[in-house]
Amino acid sequence: MDWAWVGSHLDDIQHLLLQHITFTVSALFFGFIIAFPLALVAARYPRLYQPILGITGVLFTIPSIALFLLLLPFTGLSETTCILGLTIYTLLVLVRNTVEGLRGVPDDVKEAAEAMGYRPLALLMKVELPIALPVVIAGLRIAAVTTIGLVTITALITFGGLGAFFIDGFRRDFATPIIVGIVLSVALAVAADLSLVGVQRVLTPWARTRR
Amino acid sequence: MSMSSIRTRRVVAAFAALALLSAGCAAEDGTLDTGGGSSDEGGGGPVTVGSVNFTENIILAEMYSAILEDIGVEVETRQPGASREIIFPAVEQGEIDLVPEYTGALTAFVTEDEVTTTSTEELVQTLSDELEPDIQVLEPAPAQDQDGLVVTPETAEQYNLETVSDLAPVADELIAGGPPEEKTRNVGLPGLKDVYGIEFAEFKSLDAGGPLTIEALESGAIDVGRAFTTQGIIGDKGWIFLEEDKPLIPAENIIPVIRADASTPEIEKALDDLSAKLTTEALTKLNALVDVDKEDPVDVATQFLEDEGLLGN
Amino acid sequence: MEFLADLFEWFSDPINWSGTEGIPARLWEHIQYSLIATFIGALIALPLALVLGHTGRGGLLAINLTNTGRAIPSLGIIILVYIAAGLNLLPVYAALVALAIPPIVTNTYVGIRSVDRGVRESAEGMGLTGFQVLKDVEIPVAMPLIMAGIRTSAVQVVATATLAAYIGFGGLGRFLIDGLATFDLAQMTGGAVLVAVLSLAVEVAFGALQNALVSEGVAPRKRTATIRAKLGSTTA
Repeated sequence: MDWAWVGSHLDDIQHLLLQHITFTVSALFFGFIIAFPLALVAARYPRLYQPILGITGVLFTIPSIALFLLLLPFTGLSETTCILGLTIYTLLVLVRNTVEGLRGVPDDVKEAAEAMGYRPLALLMKVELPIALPVVIAGLRIAAVTTIGLVTITALITFGGLGAFFIDGFRRDFATPIIVGIVLSVALAVAADLSLVGVQRVLTPWARTRR
Repeated sequence: MSMSSIRTRRVVAAFAALALLSAGCAAEDGTLDTGGGSSDEGGGGPVTVGSVNFTENIILAEMYSAILEDIGVEVETRQPGASREIIFPAVEQGEIDLVPEYTGALTAFVTEDEVTTTSTEELVQTLSDELEPDIQVLEPAPAQDQDGLVVTPETAEQYNLETVSDLAPVADELIAGGPPEEKTRNVGLPGLKDVYGIEFAEFKSLDAGGPLTIEALESGAIDVGRAFTTQGIIGDKGWIFLEEDKPLIPAENIIPVIRADASTPEIEKALDDLSAKLTTEALTKLNALVDVDKEDPVDVATQFLEDEGLLGN
Repeated sequence: MEFLADLFEWFSDPINWSGTEGIPARLWEHIQYSLIATFIGALIALPLALVLGHTGRGGLLAINLTNTGRAIPSLGIIILVYIAAGLNLLPVYAALVALAIPPIVTNTYVGIRSVDRGVRESAEGMGLTGFQVLKDVEIPVAMPLIMAGIRTSAVQVVATATLAAYIGFGGLGRFLIDGLATFDLAQMTGGAVLVAVLSLAVEVAFGALQNALVSEGVAPRKRTATIRAKLGSTTA
């Protein structure tokens, strides 16, 4: 482990870390704004659930290298291709978890709320979503961590975030950049995971008093 | 207003701030720039320099980047890509502005034809005809880096190998290795078969003269390796390039290829000045510094530019 | 679309179905990598998780292992181990086994822990030893989640075994890496389709295995689905 290399490459480390974070946040953002409406539809119309799950599931089985490559003719060797591919991979988990979370809301709770005069939007915002939140956030956590891992694959199409260090170290038979890349991306994933757990605790104060 | 919705708003606000902050940092840092130079003002926006994933190309790209930054041009350097087949279309589409190329190989790629001429002038002319006006080829360097076939001294002795033709009678006993694109490019397996009558027992997809190919030759996993004539590491290992005794490999001068909308007269002059100083021997030494002495390509590139007095504008 | 015609041509070309570089050969290599890695992963993960689940220790680790394990970049591991160990299959297996272990540990642990306390206590009351409780009560009840864990593992390993090609080995990833280098979309898509089909086949196979191994009346579907969602099983 060559610490001198780390010292002289802090700029590169910062640049690639930032690229890694930007790609991840973008993918999660776009993934969520696509997945959430899809999940609402699937939860309301159960017959659509299997097809939606099926399509996003199939997209997920496409090996990531292939998906990025297949996008190249359409969106070029650009950040757009990377973020688009990463977004697609978040869809299965986000849709599936959001639907399961909504389905997990007990029927009698929904009926009681409707009896109290809650209209559909209020029911969703004030009753269903808060109850579904833990499972939805579990989905976001999985999507976040998976995306952080997948960003490294974009190194094969001239980006890579921290994954660029793997290619560099490989070509030069030099372990230090690879170790830095692995450690930082795992640290990033743990940080993302913990912050989302934190968000969950903040948003579900009722869950905290249970032992 | 309930407690939980105040908290919710705070959390949402915090996340929005975080997202904006990271977007702002990324924009300033240049991470979000999409391949500069595709705007119509010639030379406006950063120049995106690309390369293919092998030592020499990376050193050259770093040289181009350093020299452009030296004359005050904003540069964005992409991570190296798998091959010309991935990188050059990106130049054609404007995602990448400037790449270090090779006259013969690029001509073969662009014309989709077999190219065997050793006339640099002819190749440069063909490239200009094919690529302009959108893409310009600048002055070729004296340095050439050609495709070669490498064997260990032991293999050479065992099968009596000095020239590539010597491979023809024994090729079916030998395993070859090289980058995947060897299987489709004319200078690769198809050309070796047509021109020399060589058909190897097996071909292993490894990399372009990189660590996989070197290790495979070292361990004997392959008998013949595709390597490149400026790879200092080949000499360092005491390995032998087989002599190309039939016309197959064209001239391969290093040549900067740049999109017209990213180029300016100052940029062209800087790159031409650099190309003039690139000789085959110099390039071979630089490659060895990285591959054998394990130095950083950026340092090697910058040192060369300083030694040649190309920096300091 | 010309691309679909190229893809069809790739699949129907007899050359692509023969020899050491043909589809059957690459498929077999890929299955080998995946099978061995999942097996070794299970060999390490199952005993560990069964013990932790039975004794109730190490919960925090077991539950969070999957998400942290997901964070380990397989490409990085392969390359790092390659630099240390050289050009052999050890880097590939190191990365794949590391990938296979977390889902099995987490799912098995949660499965065993979720066995109803009353059921466990009555078994102990009947005079069964700890080991017998594990074997005859906890494992059968936890079976759906254990199987789900191994299934998730296997599917992830199948997808990631494509990386073996990056360091020059075989498997279906060869079509992806070679297709990338030559920008041969038909070859790459062909490879991707094959990997996707193999993943689905693995899922179906495990579905059948699960039906065979899980006794009726165990674990209501709805609860399992929610638990699996939380655990991040990427299978239906």
